[in-house]
Amino acid sequence: MIKILKYSCYDLLRSRWSYVYFAFYLLLGIVLLFLNNDLSKAVITLMNVIIILVPLIGTIFGVMYYYNSKEFTELLLAQPVKRSSIFLGQYLGVALSLSMSLIIGLGVPFIFYGIFRSSAIWDFSLLLITGTFLTLIFTALAFNIALYNENKIKGFGYAILLWLFMAVIYDGIFLMSLIAFEEYPLDTFSLVGTMVNPIDLSRVLILLKLDISALLGYTGALFQKFFGTNFGIVVSSVMLLLWVLVPTLLIKRKAGKKDF
Amino acid sequence: MISLKNLHKKFGKNHVLKGVDLEIERGGIFAILGPNGSGKTTLIKSILGMVIPNSGTIEIEGKKVKKDWKYRSKIDYLPQIANFPANLTVKELIRMIKDLRSNKSVDDERLIELFKLEPFLTKKLGNLSGGTKQKVNIVLAFMFDSPLIILDEPTSGLDPISLIRLKELITAEKEKGKTILITSHIMSFVEEVTNDIVFLLEGKIYFKGSILELKSKTGQPDFEHAIASILSNNYD
Repeated sequence: MIKILKYSCYDLLRSRWSYVYFAFYLLLGIVLLFLNNDLSKAVITLMNVIIILVPLIGTIFGVMYYYNSKEFTELLLAQPVKRSSIFLGQYLGVALSLSMSLIIGLGVPFIFYGIFRSSAIWDFSLLLITGTFLTLIFTALAFNIALYNENKIKGFGYAILLWLFMAVIYDGIFLMSLIAFEEYPLDTFSLVGTMVNPIDLSRVLILLKLDISALLGYTGALFQKFFGTNFGIVVSSVMLLLWVLVPTLLIKRKAGKKDF
Repeated sequence: MISLKNLHKKFGKNHVLKGVDLEIERGGIFAILGPNGSGKTTLIKSILGMVIPNSGTIEIEGKKVKKDWKYRSKIDYLPQIANFPANLTVKELIRMIKDLRSNKSVDDERLIELFKLEPFLTKKLGNLSGGTKQKVNIVLAFMFDSPLIILDEPTSGLDPISLIRLKELITAEKEKGKTILITSHIMSFVEEVTNDIVFLLEGKIYFKGSILELKSKTGQPDFEHAIASILSNNYD
C-alpha cells in the first residue's frame, strides 16, 4: 500500500491542481493576516472559509481523482497487489496531499507572521487538525460515491449534493427543527445534531476553543458545558475518527467486490 | 495451468458468461475468439481477478484464485485499451511497474530497443500517440519473465514493423515454454501465431481445438470463412 500511496502522491504533486489549491491557501493566509492584522481574528475568518471549502475540495478532488485514474487503477489491478491496498493507497494519496496543501499553504504565512510566539498557536493547530480531519472524511466519502457510480456525471452530481447537504442544507433542517420544537427541551437533540455532522462538529470545536462561545448565547453555554469537558472532547474526537474510519472501511469493502 | 469450472458472470441483467468450462495446458499459444460481446474480455478479466465471477471456480497451477492476489505475479497482462496516468513519463511508468513487481528479472531495455521507444522515454504518457502507447503497453507486458501471458487485442494501433516484432516476440516467448492467451479480431494474425483456438459464443465455449479441426467441422477451406460461418449461422 505504501508504494501505491507514494505513486498517488507523486502523481498528484505533479498535477497543476495541487499547486492551485496550495497557492490559494497561501494567498488566503497572507491576505487575511494583512487585512486583520491580528492572529486570532484571522483564525476565526479562516475557520469560516475552511469549514466550507475543505469539504468541497475534498469531495471534488476525490471524485475527480478516482475517475481520472480509472485506467491506471486497471493497470494496477492486473499487478500482484492487493485490491484494498490499491484503493486505500489512492485514497490516502489524495487525502494526504490535500492536507499537505492546506497545512503548508496556511502554515507558511502564519509562521512568518509569528504564530509560534503568539497565544493563538493552539487555536491555529486545532484549525489545521480539523481541516485535515475534514479532508480525510470528505475524500473518503467521495471515493465511496465514485466507487458506487460508474457514470461520472452521476458521481459528480452525488458528490456535490453530499457537500451541499452537509455544509448548507443540514444546518437549515437543523435550525428549522429547533424552531419547530422550541416548546420541548432540546439540549440533547442539539448536541447530537451537532455531533452527527462532521462540519458542524468541527465548527463548534473551533468556536469553543476560540472562547467566543458566549456569542452563541444559551446554546453556547450548553455546548461549553459538554464539549469543554474531557468527556466531550473524547466523544467528539471519537465521532470524527468514526467519520474517517467508517467510509474508509466502506471503500475497502466495495473495492473487494467491484468488477473492473 | 488454467482451469475454469462452470464460470458464471452477470452484469446486472446481462448474463455474459454462462457456465464456462475450460482447461488450458501449460505451454503454447491459445487464441480466444468470439464475436463482439461474447465475453472474451470478461473471461480474461476473471482469470486476472479484475472481474469477480458470480459462481464457478478458477484455478491457476492448481490453486484457487478467489481472494488471492499473489498469483498475479505469475501473469503478464496486456490490457485492451492502453491508458496510463498522463502525468508520468514512460521511464517513470516502467520504473514504477518494476518497483511494484519487485524481485523479478526484467528485460525492459531490450524491448525498448526493439520497439524503438528511446526517444519517448522522457515524454509524458499523455502526449503519446495511440500506437506508441500500445508499444509501451507491450513493453510492460513482456518485460517480466512470467509463465503466463495474457494479451487482449495486442495488435491495435501498431504499424507493420511493430506488428512483425510483436509476432516474433510472441513466438520467442512460446519457445521458452510459456502459456500465452490472445484475443484478437484479426484472423490472419491469429492464424499466423497459433494453431489452438477457443471459440466463445454467447457466454459458453462453442469450440476448443485446432484451426484444422474447426475448418473440417465447418466445412470451410480457410480460417476466416470458418469463423464467419459460425457467426452467420448464429446471426440467423
